[in-house]
Amino acid sequence: MLRTVLHLAALLALPPLLLGVVNRTKARFAGRAGPPLLQPYFDLARLLRKGAVYSRTTTWVFRAGPVVGLAAVVAAGLLLGMGGAPAAISFTGDFVLFAYLLGLGRFFTALAALDTGSAFEGMGAAREVTFASLAEPALFLCLIVLARATGTGTLAGMLGPGLVAAWGQTAPALLLAAMGVFVVALAENARIPVDDPNTHLELTMIHEVMVLDHGGPDLALIEYGAAVKLFLFAAIASRILLAPAGEGALAAEAAFFGGLFLFALGVGVVESSMARLRMIRVPQLLVGASVLSAFALVLLLR
Amino acid sequence: MLALMLLVVLAPVVFGAIAFAYPSNRRRPVALLAGAAVHAAGVAALLAAPGEEVPGRWLALDAIGKVALGTTTVLFLAAAVYAQGYLARREDRDNRVFVGGLLVLLGAMTTVALSHHLGLSWVAIELTTLTTAPLIYFNHNARSLEAAWKYLLIGSLGIALALLGTFFLALSGAGPGGPRSLLVEELVAAGPLLSRPWVRAAFVFLLVGYGTKMGLAPLHSWKPDAYGEAPGLLGALLAGGVTNFAFISIARVFQVTRAAGEEAFARDALVGLGLLSIALAAVFVVGQRDFKRMLAYSSVEHMGILALGIGLGGGAAAGAFFHLVNNGLTKGVVFLSAANIHRSFGSKRIDEVRGAGRRLPVSGPLFLAGFLAITGSPPFSPFFSEFAILNGAFGAGRWVVGGLFLALLAVIFVGMGATVLAVVQGDPEGAPQVPGTGDSWLTAGPPLALIVVVLLLGLFLPQGLRDLFTSAGALVGGGRW
Amino acid sequence: MTAVAQLLDLAFILVVVIDFFLLSSSRMGAAIRVVALQGGLLGVLPLMLAPPGEPLGHYLVLAVGALAIKGVLIPWLMFRAIREASMRREVEPIVGFVPSMVLGGIGVALAFAFSSRLPLPEPSAAHPFLVPTALSTVWTGLLLVVSRKKAVNQVLGFLVLENGVFVFGLLLSDFMPIMVEAGVLLDLFAAVFVMGIVMFHINREFSSLDTEKLSALKD
Repeated sequence: MLRTVLHLAALLALPPLLLGVVNRTKARFAGRAGPPLLQPYFDLARLLRKGAVYSRTTTWVFRAGPVVGLAAVVAAGLLLGMGGAPAAISFTGDFVLFAYLLGLGRFFTALAALDTGSAFEGMGAAREVTFASLAEPALFLCLIVLARATGTGTLAGMLGPGLVAAWGQTAPALLLAAMGVFVVALAENARIPVDDPNTHLELTMIHEVMVLDHGGPDLALIEYGAAVKLFLFAAIASRILLAPAGEGALAAEAAFFGGLFLFALGVGVVESSMARLRMIRVPQLLVGASVLSAFALVLLLR
Repeated sequence: MLALMLLVVLAPVVFGAIAFAYPSNRRRPVALLAGAAVHAAGVAALLAAPGEEVPGRWLALDAIGKVALGTTTVLFLAAAVYAQGYLARREDRDNRVFVGGLLVLLGAMTTVALSHHLGLSWVAIELTTLTTAPLIYFNHNARSLEAAWKYLLIGSLGIALALLGTFFLALSGAGPGGPRSLLVEELVAAGPLLSRPWVRAAFVFLLVGYGTKMGLAPLHSWKPDAYGEAPGLLGALLAGGVTNFAFISIARVFQVTRAAGEEAFARDALVGLGLLSIALAAVFVVGQRDFKRMLAYSSVEHMGILALGIGLGGGAAAGAFFHLVNNGLTKGVVFLSAANIHRSFGSKRIDEVRGAGRRLPVSGPLFLAGFLAITGSPPFSPFFSEFAILNGAFGAGRWVVGGLFLALLAVIFVGMGATVLAVVQGDPEGAPQVPGTGDSWLTAGPPLALIVVVLLLGLFLPQGLRDLFTSAGALVGGGRW
Repeated sequence: MTAVAQLLDLAFILVVVIDFFLLSSSRMGAAIRVVALQGGLLGVLPLMLAPPGEPLGHYLVLAVGALAIKGVLIPWLMFRAIREASMRREVEPIVGFVPSMVLGGIGVALAFAFSSRLPLPEPSAAHPFLVPTALSTVWTGLLLVVSRKKAVNQVLGFLVLENGVFVFGLLLSDFMPIMVEAGVLLDLFAAVFVMGIVMFHINREFSSLDTEKLSALKD
């Protein structure tokens, strides 16, 4: 119970720090000192202090977008058992809800983008949902692999103590699933090689295009929501990979927080060492992730 | 016996090495003739020697080997004589690789004929692929390059799949009490002990692999290009030699498959691929404007007939081995005479070639006679072997197969006839002409000799040969004919 | 599971993952490097599969041979070939990357799902991933050969096909080592191909090695 509360606190407090680690890693690779680790927090505070301007063509959908987006990812976080501890809410099949809460958040963000009536943002929304539709099968396949490997139907159980035993028997399948989750994480969070969070080149933008018209607190909610989402995937990926590190509560906690850090580091390294894929190559990457996860499933089913 | 076998395998290779080292381009082809003569003498001695069965030996001469080896040595001797004339006219080209490669090819083919170890056969067949590819590129132009590349790529795929099939076959005998061997006799003896799923898989892969080398449809796509672009002499050796050895390898695998109890499945596969090849050849022969490519499709057809023959079994199996001889020798006639026509006109398209019968008084009529023989007209010997296969089909009550076979043969006869007559008949006045390319003893003599053999085999088949074909057929489960 | 068994699992899976990568890779250089990596893995496999307590000699020969030829020599030749022919380093597929990946995935799934039905003579002796890995790799190789335009890529496909045959051959290595070693002869083809690419280019009979341009001969 205590651990669950601790994790929920981490879910709310740590995501911007994760972003900070990613940015610092990238800066170091580029030979710069980089912004302070806490810079994302400062940015959020600055945005929250500002006011927002709304176009007269927008409706309530535009205002609901950021709120629903953030609420959805935080709710998804409630379903996630972190570091092998139980989740706040847990029932059989909750991983479907998890996937669709993420989907709901994306849906509203895309809707808000369409609501502006701008062709440019509409294009971004179209790209976002296109790639998300390819990432979703991969995510589901990974989750099914976990369910099959641990023999449970709850997200907390899949990432719970059963994972340790599963590593002893089906290590290759879990490794493949972890690779799949990592690729999905890069795509879902609009990171290189799928999308570049720093770009402002209209031809190549995906996620950033959609939120161009948001400002002030709305933008803060969106940025914060994006960070929470990154945190969720970091929690899943690091748990899959680091489950064998230890079963004791203390060891599991250490593995969990260490894993978050390593994940952020990994994202930073990927972003620094890879070029952004051409847009037509992105589906290839995502289908590749699906194929790998499907392969993992075949390994488990045979 | 073993010494003789080693002689016929190694002598061509040694002569090949000599040819490769010999500096004079003009006199190098003599090595080809010498190698062919020694090989022919060795094979004659082998065939005359009393048969002895030594179990467990990698090299042995059974009826199947005798049929294939005898055919090839005659064909190669004819090709070697022809090469004297041909290469004398092609002094512009360095023939070092060509002469050396042909001799190594002969050694490799002989190895396949003698080998009773399926692994050794595989190595030798790979060697035939590797040595023929540069020979196809003899003319060193973009078209022959394309043909050589296709041949090598498709052939290598087939070879790789055949190796996998060979592995499957080895694995099938690895169970408790299994022979753990790739010697054909040991596998056949241990037939019921073999693991049937693996034998079935092995047959499929080997049929596809060696079938590619043989040029069965739909794995034939290298054939028209390679035969069309290679010198006619190489085309004769490919169509009448190399493909036959892929066929006898399939026949040996079929022996094993039959012993393991997968006979029905294998027969269906052979009959199916055989008919498909004949049908495909019929489609592409009709309206073919390039007479060398037409011969390639004819080769696809005859490989189909061979597969059909052993697939049908009974009298047709012996007929298939008789047909192997007839097809091999007749292919020599048509390819060599076609090559003479090609050289004289500088073209192999019927838009430009006409009146070959008047310009080339020997090669023109020979091409016509070869066409009649290869399409199964009496009194040439292919008529009798095709008749034996047809008889086998009807005798076994396979009315549909037999009827289809007969109908397709008729289509091919008409289709090839139109092309051949367009080449041979008419007035050569105004058609392109390459000076100094008329018939000579060396270029027209070998196909003439071969057609005489084909004619004689049709008029009179010695009892000894008839028994040989029957016993070769019996090895693959055939009966009397 | 022992540590060696787990590593072996991973090595087999990595071979298959490399197959997927090749089906989706659009850069020639990366593809050659990955084929070299696969060749290197094949060098490690015989050593890990060697039954403990038996003399290692034959396995060592296989390992060193595979590593030297498949992992180093042929990739090096290929790099040389594309440098000398100074060709564009982009893979051009006939079948798109996504369809070929899906086709590859189906083949791999079938191989893994059904290979357990094929009876192995000594089920205990062979690793359960060996046969499906071999068949998947053969399938991938075939796909690559037929679905890529450029000569270099077709040769890469052939190499992958051959790697699959090699993996399968490891099943026989304890009772028919000579056949397994004969499989190395397939590498001869690969070498010939590569030499061919260089030679053809020097001859400049035609300017590019796009096999689609090899289409003068047809009916």
